Amino acid sequence: MSFNRKDILGLQEMSREEIEYILDTAVPFKEITLRPIKKIPTLRGKTVINLFYEPSTRTRTSFELAGKRMSADVINISTSASSIVKGESLKDTALTLQALGADVVIIRHGMSGAPHLVGQTIKAGVINAGDGTHEHPTQALLDLYTIREKKGQVAGLKVAIVGDILHSRVARSDIWGLTKMGAEVVVAGPNTLLPPELQSLGIKACTNVEEAIKDADVIQVLRIQQERQEKGLFPSLREYSRLYGINHERLKYAAKDVLVMHPGPINRGVEITPDVADSNQSAILDQVTNGLAIRMALLYLLAGGGGEV
Amino acid sequence: MKILLKNGYVMDASQGIEGVKDIYIEDGRIAAVEKNIERAADQTVDVQGKYVIPGIIDMHVHLREPGYEYKETIATGTRSAAKGGVTSLACMPNTKPVIDQQATVEFVKNKAQLEGMVHVYPVGAITNGLQGERLTEIGDLKAAGIVAITDDGNPVMNGEKMRHAMEYAKMFELPVLSHCEDKNLAAHGVINEGRMSTLLGLKGMPAIAESIMVAREIMLSELTGAHVHVCHVSTAQSVEMIRRAKAAGLPVTAEAMPHHFALDETALHSFDTNLKVNPPLRRAEDVAAIKEGLRDGTIEVIATDHAPHAIEEKEVEFDNALFGISGLETLIPLVITELVHKGTLTFAQAIEKMTVNPARILGINKGTLKAGVEADITIIDLDQQKTVDVSQFASKGKNSPFHGWNLKGWPIMTIVSGKIVMKNGELV
Ligand SMILES: [Zn+2]
Repeated sequence: MSFNRKDILGLQEMSREEIEYILDTAVPFKEITLRPIKKIPTLRGKTVINLFYEPSTRTRTSFELAGKRMSADVINISTSASSIVKGESLKDTALTLQALGADVVIIRHGMSGAPHLVGQTIKAGVINAGDGTHEHPTQALLDLYTIREKKGQVAGLKVAIVGDILHSRVARSDIWGLTKMGAEVVVAGPNTLLPPELQSLGIKACTNVEEAIKDADVIQVLRIQQERQEKGLFPSLREYSRLYGINHERLKYAAKDVLVMHPGPINRGVEITPDVADSNQSAILDQVTNGLAIRMALLYLLAGGGGEV
Repeated sequence: MKILLKNGYVMDASQGIEGVKDIYIEDGRIAAVEKNIERAADQTVDVQGKYVIPGIIDMHVHLREPGYEYKETIATGTRSAAKGGVTSLACMPNTKPVIDQQATVEFVKNKAQLEGMVHVYPVGAITNGLQGERLTEIGDLKAAGIVAITDDGNPVMNGEKMRHAMEYAKMFELPVLSHCEDKNLAAHGVINEGRMSTLLGLKGMPAIAESIMVAREIMLSELTGAHVHVCHVSTAQSVEMIRRAKAAGLPVTAEAMPHHFALDETALHSFDTNLKVNPPLRRAEDVAAIKEGLRDGTIEVIATDHAPHAIEEKEVEFDNALFGISGLETLIPLVITELVHKGTLTFAQAIEKMTVNPARILGINKGTLKAGVEADITIIDLDQQKTVDVSQFASKGKNSPFHGWNLKGWPIMTIVSGKIVMKNGELV
């Protein structure tokens, strides 16, 4: 198939074929990241801009490295360094980046739909690096890549997503990606952190974590944020940890060879115990490595102009 | 100036008139509505095949002046009304300053007199500065010319304050227009809470944030005997409670907006900020309930909640975009296309909801073609088809989700106080 999207805004609008094409494209890039000399000339002369309205070391570094390994000029703009603080509108910022010759704009924004506004405004490709509580497509793609790599395929697996589903853009993108690829998805969290009508997405939702992870092949553990407690959505991290924390005892409910994932950064001892995070069932660091390959693949698809990898 | 409208199909519910008749207008007033009037006129217009009705009243308009003239002015807002076939409107008090003093009421009335193209009826605030604290001098405001009170946009959260407002409003026979929204339950939501808020990751406002306040207002109306008019009904629960309140004989009335019956929340998939409105677009079930409420008379008014905004207030992140739709110029075609042609309402029922009913609620001598009244007339071509084009709006607010919609049934002439102000879609 040919891949002809200008932007990568979310997995909701993507077909299974497109997702598989991206995952397949990432395979040779993963191989490159394992070479002693990791730089290739594919994006020489291209300009990639990281426009980050929210602090994020992990995702920004991953995109930056992906661009640099492909020889692109990578520029990072973060909230403190840009005119964002002076109150320039997102539209004007986007137009400015276009005037500067950006080929790809990677945007992380605290408000859902912000990357869509940028995508509609400029001709350059736009990659959503996480928008509000909407989507985080590159995270979901690297999750799928990791599952496929470890389990051989995604179809037919039972995947549990545990935590703050309401505020999680990772959960939304994972749900789209996993269901399109044929996995069975169950989400679990306290009622106050489960958005309405989840069943309409073709998944199961429950408040009991043991029920959710029963016989699961994969568990994706989400980060729980202190600020949700302050808003009264759950009473305490202590209780949350007791009710939803993933520990060895709980893992007994899951399949024997369950794969434990976490999009990071981890609150050790809160949503996941250190022994589980560091166990050989954990794929947390593989996720990070695969993220680089996925992001290289997307930059290649959006700005590579079809050249050789 | 004498105008003779020939051969139109005249409908006036206030007098039970329906049929082909001529209308003679003299010195700005209706002189006669009869068959075959043969009198000399300065201007004779043949309107055969068109519907001639009392001038349309829109009882929920944000004119933005004073204070937000960059969004809309009394001049542009009333031109927008005229273009949309609306001859009288009630304007909301959330201006800057707020319409909470006699002087501001007078300012709006004077400005409308000088620059306005249609009749303007100011609505006063319930509390000073819409702060929800101290009652305005409702009696003085009434003396200055307000036709109702409301804190629209800033609902009065304190039930005791609302109780006192109702007790006071009743003394002056003013309706209390309530924007029903429990701010705590709405919790800064930006769209309806449900499947779409889950999909889009946008903060949802639950339907109950509206319904629970409708329940409160109905009970306060029962307690105080005050006339409560529920603004922009958007939920099935609200419709059902209003239906029951009416059955119980309470002085409760209600209005619905075109966007709440022409669109449901699924339109939002694109993050189009022109769809951001408060109350938000709801589920298809709510839309069906609103249509049923309109059909069975539970909802007796259709109004626009015309809320013009500048482009830069909408071309932003969805969370940052302001709520509201510029609605005056799509009111009539949306009502006819979505409700009349699709069979929810007869044309006569639809017209009553924009003429006699709002006139009765506001206590204004409008919505009628009785001999002697100011000649406010809207003429409608039920078959005319046009595509909505916001660039042609007379309103400064181009924020319409209906841009590009092909609609059938448009106003072709607006007459205000005996003067033709719009003809064939163009202002005169
Ligand atoms: Zn309102």
